[in-house]
Amino acid sequence: MPLSLSTSREVGRPAAARPTPAARLQAWLPRLVLAPSAAVSLCFVYGFMLWTFVLSLTNSRMLPSYDFVGFAQYARLMANDRWWVASTNLVLFGGLFIAICLVLGALLAILLDQRIRQEGALRTLYLYPMALSFIVTGVAWKWLLNPSLGLEAMVRGWGFEGFRFDWLVNPDMAVYTLVIAAVWQASGFVMALFLAGLRGIDDSIIKAAQLDGASLPRIYWRVVLPCLRPVVFSAVMILAHIAIKSFDLVVALTGGGPGYASDLPATFMYAHAFNRAQIGLGSASAMLMLGGVLAILVPYLYSELRSRKHG
Amino acid sequence: MPASVRFRSVMPRPTLLGLAVAGALGASAATQAGEVEVLHWWTSGGEAQAASVLKELVEAEGHAWQDFAVAGGGGETAMTVLKSRAMSGNPPSAAQIKGPEIQEWGELGLLGELDEVAEAAAWDSLLPPRVAEIMRHDGHYVAVPVNVHRVNWLWGNPEVLAAAGVEMPTSFDELFDAAEAIRAAGHVPLAHGGQPWQDATLFETVVLAEGGEDFYRRALVELDPEALGSDTMIQALTTFKRLRELMDEGMPGRDWNVATAMVINGVAAMQLMGDWAKGEFTAAGLAAGEEYLCAPAPGTESAFTFNIDSLAMFRVTEAADLAAQHDLARLVLEPTFQETFNLAKGSIPARTDLDMSAFDACAQASMADFQAAADNGGLVPSMAHGMAVRADVQGALFDIVTNYFNSSGMSAEQAAERLVRAAQATY
Repeated sequence: MPLSLSTSREVGRPAAARPTPAARLQAWLPRLVLAPSAAVSLCFVYGFMLWTFVLSLTNSRMLPSYDFVGFAQYARLMANDRWWVASTNLVLFGGLFIAICLVLGALLAILLDQRIRQEGALRTLYLYPMALSFIVTGVAWKWLLNPSLGLEAMVRGWGFEGFRFDWLVNPDMAVYTLVIAAVWQASGFVMALFLAGLRGIDDSIIKAAQLDGASLPRIYWRVVLPCLRPVVFSAVMILAHIAIKSFDLVVALTGGGPGYASDLPATFMYAHAFNRAQIGLGSASAMLMLGGVLAILVPYLYSELRSRKHG
Repeated sequence: MPASVRFRSVMPRPTLLGLAVAGALGASAATQAGEVEVLHWWTSGGEAQAASVLKELVEAEGHAWQDFAVAGGGGETAMTVLKSRAMSGNPPSAAQIKGPEIQEWGELGLLGELDEVAEAAAWDSLLPPRVAEIMRHDGHYVAVPVNVHRVNWLWGNPEVLAAAGVEMPTSFDELFDAAEAIRAAGHVPLAHGGQPWQDATLFETVVLAEGGEDFYRRALVELDPEALGSDTMIQALTTFKRLRELMDEGMPGRDWNVATAMVINGVAAMQLMGDWAKGEFTAAGLAAGEEYLCAPAPGTESAFTFNIDSLAMFRVTEAADLAAQHDLARLVLEPTFQETFNLAKGSIPARTDLDMSAFDACAQASMADFQAAADNGGLVPSMAHGMAVRADVQGALFDIVTNYFNSSGMSAEQAAERLVRAAQATY
């Protein structure tokens, strides 16, 4: 439809002839179609973020109120032992989860990339945990890690009476069980990302390195992995979000326990805002979580946009 | 225009009839046919059945019953739904709210008065004063009690106890002695689930046993810093922590009914839990007093830690709906519902004048203790079940109790100090 295209281009020009209604509609149609979703996300995402921020400045308890108390809720949060346990846990859990997933994912991808037989079947096998929800993962690992039901009981049943694996019920180790379950779930996905990246690398680079006499590990370390930097970047972004938002895994696997030893900020926020009638304190913790997400997202967007400009 | 004239002449008769019919309907609607919407979380088998009894009773009065059951999470989900409904200005006419939360909703000005119903049915004489106090806001009845759960129960498996050669203990010292024999016989002495509310249930029972009713009230209801930091509290915390040695390793995170199942199938000897545990024993086909034992928690015979479910009534404007709401409130406390509901739920009726012959031995003992405790001042509200303090204070206490119980690094003195700080920090 070259005719309508040309008229639609002329819409913006003041001196052009009057556009037909159809052309005007065509010019406005994209905006009209996008408007509802834009309005919805403005209201329900950004609007509610703003509302949460407003609530975090009030002394809201069971229902929202608008008695402003400044940053008192943030001060209370900073004085709350449980919040610090939750934050420390997030750093531990997030750091280990991302690092182990990346290493394991890259390793699996490289091994799968060796033109082995049954690659498709193996790939599906490793990717499959991603199809489960964290609730299922959590419950399954809860049974596996429970000392009187799972691994410990099984190994003891084989006759190794001294075997101990009680991380799930040990307050100092419980947070690491979250790492185990989350890594099991997500490393297959990271593997898929890396595999796609590996397949995208130009064979001629590797062949050139081979001609220069580089060994296989050296080729991977010095040639292939540097090519995969964008993959690492996107994997980190995705994993970081999963880590910060982790809620269902904690609820299903440890319930935040023993005590509140494996609490994460998301479960802290839920418990205070919804179960304990402390909406103000819950909102303050939600705002700090948002701050955490932004601290990761903003540099990412910045570098992404900058590299696009250069590209 | 003959046709039209004829038509007009015919008109009045059916209209009169219609008016008469409409008038009759309208009159009955004004006095009776209202609607009650009841938010509750009685969704498990027996409970749902019991709730449908109430529905039938309300419908027999000519009102419409709109069921608003929200399952899950011990009522947490239901509370979230209730809050959003209340915020949008459209609360249900009645909701399952209990303890100090009734006061919070009352302070928001959302609850309606039931004084008329209460006076007509003489609630003041039916309910023990401590229970009536909870149902009132600002001197007016705003809620009606549905049942009374006793929290300080000890449940036992008679076969396991006999195998170990011990009786149901009546003090914590006896419990620790019995535990050694039970361990030696190859059983877990005490079944427990390591969830914050279960830890807190254990804790409040120990506090009650070590300090008595007055101390319990000062420490866990009035949050008196002096009581919370006292030697008695430190002693209670020490005993509480010792209980951990009587449990198995897989305890953290376990649900209470799984722990009850351990007692039922003989893995464990005893469990400290409220009388809702009875539902599990009954479902397993065991007879109270013979195939499973119930006794007041060690050292708390004279006291009764109560956990009362109640329906709070929200303010309604329509006269018909108000009549329906009042009928609902009246029916809840009448013997028919109290008996059916509590038989199904394992609890006891909230009024003390009912014939208990249909109930099992444990419930009868519970009622006798309830009456005795109401007379001698032994009735105390359960902190662990949201009857004693507001949700935020309760949460702060839970955090300390469960953290102390599970971590090896905190001493009883430190825990008591934290309790004092938590009590002072609440506003």
